[in-house]
Amino acid sequence: MPGLSEILEVLLLQNYNTRLVVLSTTLLGVAAGLVGSFLLLRKRSLMGDALSHATLPGIAIAFGVMVALGGEGKSLPALLLGATLSGVAGIATMLIIRHTTRLRDDVAMGFVLSVFFGVGVASLRMVQNLPNAAGLESFIYGKAASVVMSDFLLIALVAGVASLVCLIFLKEFLVLCFDDGYAAAQGWPTLFLDVLLLGLVTAVTVIGLQSVGLILVIAFLITPPTAARFWTDRLLPMLLISAVIGGVSGWLGASLSALTPQLPAGAVIVLVAAALFLVSMLFAPVRGVLPRLLNQAALRRKEDRQHFLRAAYEILEDQAGDAPVANRSFPYEALLPKRSWTPRQLRQILRVARREDHLEPTPPGRLRLSEPGFGEAARVTRNHRLWESYLIQYADVAPSHVDRDADMVEHILGAELVRELEAKLGGTLPGQTVPPSPHSSGER
Amino acid sequence: MWTSFDTWIVIVGMLCAVACALPGCFLVLRKMSMMGDAISHAVLPGLAIAFLVTGTRASVPMFLGAALAGLLTALFTQWIMRFGNVDRGAAMGIVFTTLFAIGLLLIRRAADHVDLDPGCVLYGAIELTPLDTVALGRFDIPRAALVNGGVLLANLIVLTLFYKEFKLSSFDPDLADTLGYSSQFLHYLLMTLVAVTTVAAFESVGSIIVIAMLVVPPATALLLTHRLLPMLLIASGAAILAAVAGHLGALVVPGWFGFESTTSSGMIALASGLIFLLAWLFSPDQGIVMRRFRAAPVPIDPLSNTNTDTA
Repeated sequence: MPGLSEILEVLLLQNYNTRLVVLSTTLLGVAAGLVGSFLLLRKRSLMGDALSHATLPGIAIAFGVMVALGGEGKSLPALLLGATLSGVAGIATMLIIRHTTRLRDDVAMGFVLSVFFGVGVASLRMVQNLPNAAGLESFIYGKAASVVMSDFLLIALVAGVASLVCLIFLKEFLVLCFDDGYAAAQGWPTLFLDVLLLGLVTAVTVIGLQSVGLILVIAFLITPPTAARFWTDRLLPMLLISAVIGGVSGWLGASLSALTPQLPAGAVIVLVAAALFLVSMLFAPVRGVLPRLLNQAALRRKEDRQHFLRAAYEILEDQAGDAPVANRSFPYEALLPKRSWTPRQLRQILRVARREDHLEPTPPGRLRLSEPGFGEAARVTRNHRLWESYLIQYADVAPSHVDRDADMVEHILGAELVRELEAKLGGTLPGQTVPPSPHSSGER
Repeated sequence: MWTSFDTWIVIVGMLCAVACALPGCFLVLRKMSMMGDAISHAVLPGLAIAFLVTGTRASVPMFLGAALAGLLTALFTQWIMRFGNVDRGAAMGIVFTTLFAIGLLLIRRAADHVDLDPGCVLYGAIELTPLDTVALGRFDIPRAALVNGGVLLANLIVLTLFYKEFKLSSFDPDLADTLGYSSQFLHYLLMTLVAVTTVAAFESVGSIIVIAMLVVPPATALLLTHRLLPMLLIASGAAILAAVAGHLGALVVPGWFGFESTTSSGMIALASGLIFLLAWLFSPDQGIVMRRFRAAPVPIDPLSNTNTDTA
């Protein structure tokens, strides 16, 4: 096990051997996080998958050509140029299939991926008997540890330019991602923007090939943006969060792999990103799974409480007849047929009501609202009826149907909206009194 | 030179290609064309764990591990889509890259004492299939032919039994649900078929043929017909053609560039791409060349009273 000082040394970029590797994967993560966000919003996440597979024939063919020309073969710029060219060819094929046939995006991507990868493997097999070909396959799994200064400068340059372009074209990409038809109608050059975006994806994929490999660079393009999407509903914050998640995955992943022999950097980076994704998916406050479940449960409790209170108030109204409604005890049996709740659900609701002090202790079989409970019941009933009157008067909802419609929306009526309703229906509803039901109870 | 080896390679290739193309048609219709690629990467941890547990490269535990990993890919993708409101492509991408990374780590950790090269898992070796034979009566039949033939048979049986259900749930899952055919059950049944097919073919001939045959022949068929049964038949035909042409190409093409040999799997994928290209250009009603040469439709004059329906 590496000691604490060694860990800190790697994480803080003090270690000369690992500094370049860690820095380059971090930059790569930031750039991929930015570019990938637009891909995700355009529902083309797997484009990176197809694209990265499509770079393989370029690598093999570039190597073959270099050797044929008498070169040494494995010069990185030439291989990356080959990768870029065949990646661009793959994207062009995808776009042409998309525009000239009735096949959809996923088929076009699947086609490009499999055919290009097939060609790549076939040509890799052809050139592998040439001298010096060993190690070409490291492009498939990546070899972060072999980053040298010139590679780092290339990665930094491309990542920097890609990030900058993303920020400069923020508004244009935003329109393109959310409504490309509207963008085209407004006169935006959508085809140019699409090609620019895919060009950025190609650039990031190609520089990612060498350090994390062609399969794991896909994760760099997909996982950070998807994780960021759970934290916010706005584009700029999403981009920033995605860039941070990408950067942190690259930084932590490469450091971990540098500290432990036998751990390939690409795989560790992907796993760090996946862990961040899992945390985001479960716990992110805006769209995370747990907060959403909690919200739903809270809303359901609120609905149950309001249903119960209104049912109780209506029973009291029936008991009072023409006299003013007073808070008296009523039989449990009267409550059960008021709504379609099972005895079990009702018992649960009553238990909650007791805990919230809406019910007073009573002999079994009888129920009695507490003073605050009675006030709340009057308020809830009043809101319901205001809403019903509004729907009848302004939305032309038939009185026989209005109860159900009001039921669906009344639970989220805010104080503001209630005041507006009062103002609209003002003349007929003085003070805090509960208006009579606007429909006969038989029609409920 | 064509030998009995080549015959067997082509037969294995054809069996595997058709076995993949049939479920592939339904994947393409359900907008899940990338599932084959995802599953074929995601089975890596299944293979690695099966190997680490049993300590052998025996095919039954490897097969079970991989098929299980394939099913888990479909399951996790569905969960992330449902619970996280994530786009299917993104969910699939996250699941398969994560599983692949886990698989890579496991293999690297075990690499000291095993020969389990991720490269050999990904590329397979259809050329080696005739070497591994099983005696069946008086004949020696390659194991890969039996495996892929068996998978093809299983696919045929399941697709025939559930043909109407698959058809309905592929085109209108909601209608299928209201009529009482659980589209969820059919989804997982299809995923099981794809996982089993992928893994079986994978282990014998390599993953490239699988990924290509799941997508490209069905896409070709989609350009040539608008009906499901003809689509399945055309896809099978295109798959068979690709297997034959691909292996021939693997024998001939490297010579053109002065190389010794190449892999048939890659060439079969390329051949299927070329067949797609032909359909794309020359499909009778959808091909781009044919559309250009077709006479412009006679414009219908909405004001004239010569309505053919009432004539």
